[in-house]
Amino acid sequence: MSALLEIDNLVKAFHGVPVLRGVGFEIRAGTVTGLVGGNGAGKSTLMNLLGGNLRPDSGAMRLEGRVYEPENSAAAARAGISFVHQELNLFPNLTLAENLFLTDFPIRGFFIRRSVLARQAAALLAKVGLPHTPDTPLEHLTPGERQLVEIARALHGNPKLIILDEPTTSLSPPECERLFRLVRSLQAEGCAFIFISHALGDVLQLCGRILVLRDGAVADQGPAGDFTIARLVTSMAGREIKQLFPGRTELPVADADTKPLLEVRGVRQPGVVDNIRFTLRRGEILGLSGLMGAGRTELARLLFGLAPHRSGEILLDGKTLTGGPRARIRAGLALLTESRGEDGICAGASVNDNIMLATLPAHAWGPLGLLSNARLKPVVRKVSESVHLHTRREGAEPLRRLSGGNQQKAVLARWLLAEPKVLILDEPTRGIDAAAKFEIYQLILALAAAGTGVLLISSEQEELLALSDRILVMSRGRLTGEFVRPDFSPESLLRAALAHHHSHPETHP
Amino acid sequence: MKRTALILLDHAVILLFAGVLLTFGFLAPGFLSWASLGNLLIQSSPTAVLAAGMTFVLMVAGVDLSVGAVMALAAAVAGKMMLGGFSMPLALAAMLFMGPACGLVNGLLVTRLHIAAFIATLGTLWLGRGGALWITETRAMNLPDSFLHLGSSRLLGIPLPGIICAAVLAAGNVLLEQTPFGRQLRATGHSAVAAAKAGINVRRLVTAAYVICGFCAALAGILVLGQLGAVSPKFGLNKEFAAIAAAVLGGTSLFGGRGAVFPGSLLGAALIQAVENGLVAINANPYLYPVVTSAVIFVAVLLDTLRQRLRAAATRRIFPETEAKAFSASAAA
Repeated sequence: MSALLEIDNLVKAFHGVPVLRGVGFEIRAGTVTGLVGGNGAGKSTLMNLLGGNLRPDSGAMRLEGRVYEPENSAAAARAGISFVHQELNLFPNLTLAENLFLTDFPIRGFFIRRSVLARQAAALLAKVGLPHTPDTPLEHLTPGERQLVEIARALHGNPKLIILDEPTTSLSPPECERLFRLVRSLQAEGCAFIFISHALGDVLQLCGRILVLRDGAVADQGPAGDFTIARLVTSMAGREIKQLFPGRTELPVADADTKPLLEVRGVRQPGVVDNIRFTLRRGEILGLSGLMGAGRTELARLLFGLAPHRSGEILLDGKTLTGGPRARIRAGLALLTESRGEDGICAGASVNDNIMLATLPAHAWGPLGLLSNARLKPVVRKVSESVHLHTRREGAEPLRRLSGGNQQKAVLARWLLAEPKVLILDEPTRGIDAAAKFEIYQLILALAAAGTGVLLISSEQEELLALSDRILVMSRGRLTGEFVRPDFSPESLLRAALAHHHSHPETHP
Repeated sequence: MKRTALILLDHAVILLFAGVLLTFGFLAPGFLSWASLGNLLIQSSPTAVLAAGMTFVLMVAGVDLSVGAVMALAAAVAGKMMLGGFSMPLALAAMLFMGPACGLVNGLLVTRLHIAAFIATLGTLWLGRGGALWITETRAMNLPDSFLHLGSSRLLGIPLPGIICAAVLAAGNVLLEQTPFGRQLRATGHSAVAAAKAGINVRRLVTAAYVICGFCAALAGILVLGQLGAVSPKFGLNKEFAAIAAAVLGGTSLFGGRGAVFPGSLLGAALIQAVENGLVAINANPYLYPVVTSAVIFVAVLLDTLRQRLRAAATRRIFPETEAKAFSASAAA
């Protein structure tokens, strides 16, 4: 049997940073291939190349022996490769049939041929085992049923290969079983699948072959029967640290008598986080690890008062935190958000205005509480220098003109001015070049040395391993591990991060 | 509980309509006569046509504030042409050309220059009003009687404005409910990003919605000309608010993606007209009219917001046990 899809030595880099470094593998018709890998292993990039959203720098793809170079996602679909993304792209205000045929309704003249539409939609729905009529509004379906609608849509063009990206995260166990049954029956009809998942038990159970990506290369592959969860974790984790890190030299004073700076007591919000409890001391760098979607960012937002929690308590310096961000900034908390562009900066405002944003009232002056540029300037200059911020027009230019690294430094400068007791950093080095990363690491270390408690959320494991005094691991909204320096190992972190990714019982033994 | 509330809200316009009719019927005898009700429907036909067009724009979560001004501009041009010796069909054709053209300008401002619909159409509102004032030199133009004849002529015993209104509502309804265009418009209104991801040409679709709205504005202008027989500087003034209120009262959401041309637009327009006629019938202080009209608009928007919030709450599900049950039941079926 010849290969359906051949991937040969694919290379892709973003801004000089290699993401795929020569990935090659084969997919045979009627097989299910499990694709696993940690954050940043290159899975998304690989899928974007397959789906025609990106083009490789070098390397080749062949579909049924012919060169496969999709221009866009529509071309990929025409060639026979369908995607079911983790985020569903459906319309709750339309019916099932309309969702399935949105871009190619059967028509006569200008009008939709309703009977044909209903018949074709019913056939697709029957194929995925949904009992609903084609004119049911999508909003009446559960998340799991919607997932099946998305798969029905993927089946519409009679694809040869369907890529399922984390299809089980929002599904209940019976819904998962149903999905797996569907995959097996389609597989029997000759359709191939790539199954991307963090639920390693599911991967072992469903897939015939397994492919492990790490650092943009195939780290391990073979028949699923040869794999155990332990081998998967070892292959995914890898070992060496590539990036240069400034050493963690000054350790926080480890006197157990002093009260913790930040104390989180059993914080819970249904469906988001459950029973989170930890402490953070003065001068400590506490790493928070976990896979994408583990709830780390949600926890950070909750601590900062951007999201509610139903029970539990958060104490800063022994005092319970209440209210929104404004009250918590005043209490001594600061949050550097994950998506800088969306909620971290005012891109059109000047660099200086962005830096002053959180502390303007403190610099108001005189009986009327006015702001004086003459007085603000030296303040901004001083903090800009301390974070090594490089600007051209003394910070008068819009922040969006700066590089990602300098934007991030400006946001850091903003929070330094507020002199927080606890600083939460959510992915502080995402999308930043190596030199700027190094400077930000130095800043984090300096802050901790000055007594600030730092909660460092990062998907870059090396970063956490190099900087943290202690690392907490989250999985599915719960804390699943705590590691104290020097007892860090990438494998144990990953194992804790994969906890609670339940696997489902075999349905067809 | 929430479902019942949603059903009530979805039919709020009927309840309100009935309430308004009964109240004024009680206060002013004769208000509920057949002649008066028929008159009410004919009077509300321009607003119903405007609301039908507005439904398309609201469907993609946009808004068109310029419809009243487009009515005025098109009417002014037609009036000038008629007084200049052109024939009536030519003047009407010019109006029907100008409406979609103004809509195209709105659509391009929104989709190509990415100007917020509210601001873009506010700009064209002033442009249109200014243009109309310039053309009419701020004086009222009395048109030949042929326009009034047009407004009062009947076909098979039904007044022509009623027929035009019915045709627009029917065509709009078919376009929205039974063509790929209409379904894609609905999808775009729910989420333009998701629609683009699904392969829909969002820009062209949104532009088309504004063009349709402009066309309906021109038609409404013709209907009002048939009623008044004159173009004054106040022609079509504030009609945009009546149109939006009528569409939203009729169940179309300001948040996009939900609504219908029929019967919503007609009921909404008739409701607004009924309030106005009722105020006249009970000899209310004329200075009170704007206060009452604005109250109607607030009610419309409030209903829409309530619907939106209830719908979000009613469809949110966080893995209840019933879900697993329903699931195994359906799997067994």
